[in-house]
Amino acid sequence: MNIVNIIEEIEKVDGEIYERLSPRRAAMKDFFNVGKKVALSAVPLALGSMFNKAYGQTVPTAVVDVLNYALTLEYLEYHFYNHSILAAPGLLPAGAPLGAITTIRDHEKAHVDLLKGAVTAAGATPVEFAYTDFDFTAGNTFADVYTNYDTFLAVAQAFEDTGVRAYKGQAAVLKGLDYLTIALQIHSVEARHAAHIRSMRAARGASIKPWISLGAGGVANDTGIAAVDKVYAGENLDIQAPDITITGIATGVTKAAAVESFDEPLTKPAVLEIASLFIK
Amino acid sequence: MKNSNQENEVLQENSILDAKLQRRSFLQYAGAGAAGIALVAAGCKKDRGYGNGMGGVTLDFKDDFGVLNYAYALEQLEAAFYIQVASNPPAAFTAAERAYFQDIQFHEIAHREYFKKALGTAAIGSLEVNFAAINFTDKASVLATAKAFEDLGVAAYNGAGKRLKTDAYLLAAGKIVSVEARHAAVIRDLISNGSFANSEVVNAQGLDQALQPDKVLAVAGAYVKTQINVINL
Repeated sequence: MNIVNIIEEIEKVDGEIYERLSPRRAAMKDFFNVGKKVALSAVPLALGSMFNKAYGQTVPTAVVDVLNYALTLEYLEYHFYNHSILAAPGLLPAGAPLGAITTIRDHEKAHVDLLKGAVTAAGATPVEFAYTDFDFTAGNTFADVYTNYDTFLAVAQAFEDTGVRAYKGQAAVLKGLDYLTIALQIHSVEARHAAHIRSMRAARGASIKPWISLGAGGVANDTGIAAVDKVYAGENLDIQAPDITITGIATGVTKAAAVESFDEPLTKPAVLEIASLFIK
Repeated sequence: MKNSNQENEVLQENSILDAKLQRRSFLQYAGAGAAGIALVAAGCKKDRGYGNGMGGVTLDFKDDFGVLNYAYALEQLEAAFYIQVASNPPAAFTAAERAYFQDIQFHEIAHREYFKKALGTAAIGSLEVNFAAINFTDKASVLATAKAFEDLGVAAYNGAGKRLKTDAYLLAAGKIVSVEARHAAVIRDLISNGSFANSEVVNAQGLDQALQPDKVLAVAGAYVKTQINVINL
């Protein structure tokens, strides 16, 4: 079980983790035994409260803010997919497409639960969003999002690529913390989702790769859909820290390859500006 | 392919530190085994020093350079694999599959060269790979290896992120890992559509894997001839 690994990892940097978690090792054993019995959905909360007890009320506000920010985005994604499965008859083709969207929906739900538990455990109040808090047409920009499968996939891609960029943008705030590892573990799942949604669109004739490439004429947006320009702002960067130009770094590394090789972050204000289009 | 500078450095250091290194050297020899990876036992991690005189490269996790060199080693391995596949793909590959492997090849080369430049004189040398276990003419063998490399790469970056102390390098690693995750998803879907993020790699909490360097190198080492020494993990 994952929880044991997490504690072992902490033990490497904090040799006294077991003592922190409990003055008696026997009590820890009890915890693991209980852990085997509790439902998996309860684990994030249990895990969070355990860390909280171990380190006291020391979760910095900036970290809690990142958790609630991530939770907001996960709610957005979860409700978007959940509605498509439950309340948009005929939208998702049966078989592989419905299966993939269900897989993704389930992951977003798991992320919501995990982050909710983490915020609560940090002694803060998790944000909460219902389906009715969102307008997935973004004020009729995507009016047929739940009746036109291609529009739905285009919005899904924008959400996933935004999610990847959003987590990346907060890495520095979580630097050196266990929260960073968790965030990274969510981040790469979102990237897997993004690649699959992009492949689903490509299979339906969209000129799109699983990775974010260089847009036509060198623009950052590789989707050709102007309404999502802000989702891809700055993705055509080909200079990486400290000052390394990736284009031409080796034979065959074109500007497109350079852009594809590195996903760029988005700042919190930029992400919230995108998200706000979908929040009532 | 050879790392003469590093080998010299290693030999020099050894002559000075021989006495201190005896116990560790034993552990390194013992751990070298088939995989070619020498892991320093936890109890000795406060020792200072470099390799054990057998040559190879040393990943010293005491600072960000160690983490970047670790990523550099993995990217070298991936790039070498994709170069071989892209230049001579299995006959059964479709045009789309050829195109994917062509793209991924250049991504991995870009990552490899990025780390080499970022590390400058701190970069480890070039690794010699061992792909004897891969049947490059067989599509299934190639895809299975690609899947293993990509999933492992994602888990490696996820597990190592917390070690990075420099914002810029942490961000750079983040920029790369999501591209590796995109690769992983594509390769998995080529093997079985819909397996892009299945329960083999994403747990019930919706989390991808995160592995520590010793676990990652124990797997990756099977494909590397050059001995990789790990210290200060």
